[in-house]
Amino acid sequence: MPLVALDCRFETLPGPLPMQRATVTREQWRAAPAAVAEVGGRLVSLWGSDRRGLDGGFAVSAAYALAEGLAWLSLPIADAAQPSYPDIARAFPAAGRMQRACRDLLGLVAEDAVDQRPWLRHGAWPEDYFPLRREHGGLESFAATPESYPFVRVEGDGVHEIAVGPVHAGIIEPGHFRFAVVGERVLRLEQHLGYTHKGIEKLFESTAPLDGHRLAGRVSGDSTVAYAWAYCMALESIAACRISPRASWLRALLLERERVANHLGDLGALGNDAALGFGLAQFSRLKEDWLRLNRELFGHRFMMDRVVPGGVDVDLDAAGGEGIRRQCDAIEAEVRTLKEIYEGHGGLQDRFLTTGRVSPQLAGQLGLCGMAGRASGEASDLRMDFPWVPYDELQATMASHRNGDVAARVTVRFEEIFESLRLIREIVARLPQGTPLVALNPLPANGIGAGWIEGWRGDVLVTMELEAGAIRRCHCHDPSWQNWPLLEHAVMDNIVPDFPLINKSFNLSYSGQDL
Amino acid sequence: MSWSGLFSQLLEIAVALLLAPLLTGWVNQCRAWLQNKSAPSLMLQYRMLRKLFHKESVVAEHASPLFRAAPYIVFGCMALASGIIPTLSTDLPLSPAADAIALVGLFAFARVFISLAAMDIGTAFGTMGARREMLIGFLAEPALLMVLFSASLITQSTSLTGIVETLAHGKFTIYPSMAFAGVAFTLVSLAENARVPVDNPSTHLELTMIHEALILEYSGRHLALIEWAGSLKMFAYSCIGLALFFPWGMAEVDAPGATILALPVLVFKLAIGGALLALIETVSAKMRIFRVPEFLATAFMLAVIGMLVHFLPGA
Repeated sequence: MPLVALDCRFETLPGPLPMQRATVTREQWRAAPAAVAEVGGRLVSLWGSDRRGLDGGFAVSAAYALAEGLAWLSLPIADAAQPSYPDIARAFPAAGRMQRACRDLLGLVAEDAVDQRPWLRHGAWPEDYFPLRREHGGLESFAATPESYPFVRVEGDGVHEIAVGPVHAGIIEPGHFRFAVVGERVLRLEQHLGYTHKGIEKLFESTAPLDGHRLAGRVSGDSTVAYAWAYCMALESIAACRISPRASWLRALLLERERVANHLGDLGALGNDAALGFGLAQFSRLKEDWLRLNRELFGHRFMMDRVVPGGVDVDLDAAGGEGIRRQCDAIEAEVRTLKEIYEGHGGLQDRFLTTGRVSPQLAGQLGLCGMAGRASGEASDLRMDFPWVPYDELQATMASHRNGDVAARVTVRFEEIFESLRLIREIVARLPQGTPLVALNPLPANGIGAGWIEGWRGDVLVTMELEAGAIRRCHCHDPSWQNWPLLEHAVMDNIVPDFPLINKSFNLSYSGQDL
Repeated sequence: MSWSGLFSQLLEIAVALLLAPLLTGWVNQCRAWLQNKSAPSLMLQYRMLRKLFHKESVVAEHASPLFRAAPYIVFGCMALASGIIPTLSTDLPLSPAADAIALVGLFAFARVFISLAAMDIGTAFGTMGARREMLIGFLAEPALLMVLFSASLITQSTSLTGIVETLAHGKFTIYPSMAFAGVAFTLVSLAENARVPVDNPSTHLELTMIHEALILEYSGRHLALIEWAGSLKMFAYSCIGLALFFPWGMAEVDAPGATILALPVLVFKLAIGGALLALIETVSAKMRIFRVPEFLATAFMLAVIGMLVHFLPGA
């Protein structure tokens, strides 16, 4: 690890991706953001855990992505009465909401943080109740108290507010958007999310480690393969279990199929949001064909619960492989035609180009990640940065653009579809022999592991701590955490009716960042 | 006023009220076909109206009487408009009461009331919709007037029945001014009827809505009247287009029996017009709202050029 400036001892977590963990002091925690920023790293996640009963207090963890891999820093907080830790949101603004959530769920306060408002707590539980603390079962119920969230007010001549949601006119996830506008021009957007709290992280504590992949696969349904793989990777890391090559290749097959399905759906929806219903109809048809083959071959349209600890519980025979190859050929031809239509449609391009622009500079400062990041010059993709089995042999190419507008995100999606189709064909052609599922080694009673997977939206991180054979803490991180704040910037100076289009081009998860 | 005049007047209003939802249903059906989707039933609009009339109307707490009155006013305006536009016959007793200019005024009257009603509730969406509707309205109305004037210049009359009689009667002539007016009229009708590329009638995105945002707060019979009025408006615009540009096949004062024969002709013409509208909607994307002024300015300019062409010597 190049974080030599920190002078802390890293231990390597076994697993296919390079991941290291260190326990740090307050000074090291404080110095880490600058050291990470200096080598061009970014913040992946920040979360807290209740360690009273183990070593007396709490702990807060931060995961940074460096060129060498993932660095997981954990800071023990001894003061259990008034737990607090140094703020890192000044260096990594993406940490802001994660710190606020950490306070809502565990009561860990980021010292001197600029924004101390609640994030996930919406008056559904009292201010002094922290659902993730060990003494709470998570099933307590409270009378809802009306809250007034202090939105940032924009004042000036002719400025007025448009409040949208959390219930929308269409069938989508709930989220509140507060626009400050002059006429049609958006001066500022403020999001208020957290209407989907389900207590998943609490539920992990009472879930058997070998069943947890089912729960992880339900954090965000459109990324179920990515979450399940990340969870299994964390568990296999603790068990020091190596899955068979065939299992890795099949997992990659499922992951790429998930990526294609999501991109197909979103490209159609993007056309529809610009009133080109034709695009939605065509892409929906392709997506439906795609999902039906998933169901036929893997028994589930979204391939939920197919990735299990020790491998995958599906296998692919020659006939299935041939079916996949044929479908890839057919869909590639159709998507190429649709790409031509999208690119040749003046009206559509007029809506896409320059709309919702996130400049590479802003993307770098605020830590835009994943697919949206690659449209704004943030060239990072775990599949290419740390190619693990089977990506080390597949030589995937990264789609990368610098314009950062809706059109760039559309282009990246098209390119990722073509690349994923190529990968799928190659995986099917070169699938190693062997068993797709091996028995997991007996789990040690205590252990720490992490799993890190490039889902279709961006990198998904699952970190796990086992204690006495049970899950002590399992944290699932969705890339939406980083990208939601960027949406606030992307929509600035655009006009109100373009917001749905910009939002759809990111298509972030509401549920994934509010477990 | 003759008995046959009264008969054709009543028949015409009845036909408009009954056929208008069918036209909307037909456009939706064509659009679904063009997008490779299985189409909804032609009767869907009627069923929806029936359903809405049977539902309770929920009105916002702070709604003023204006909010309750607006659906009736809008529906009345559209019904009256379809009474003065010649569709089946030019023997219309109501026709002298309102000429082309009054017709544009009638549409504007309805627009003012629906916009005021939308702002009456005080929600952000209603106000936003009203603002956008007025933006479109104030640009579309002059263009529509210019189109009607182009026709009036040829026929020396602003009476709609007079225009139709002259255009349908005279020997077949191609008027270059009417070609310009025809294009302008198409653009204006797309904007006025909240169709793609100006508005999207089937959107669920509350932030992009124009017409739908105006009526978000209505329910039950109020919504039914507004939906019906929307269909009537599209029917009325289609009939203006047919009357100005394809007036043939309409019954006249001295041929009362022809009124019945005119009906299949009208249905045929509307079916083609509806299919063309669906085609336009399928191949276009919705434009940015600030492109709408350019779009409507083009319509206005074309209509003005049409009028100027009329004055060209020899044209």
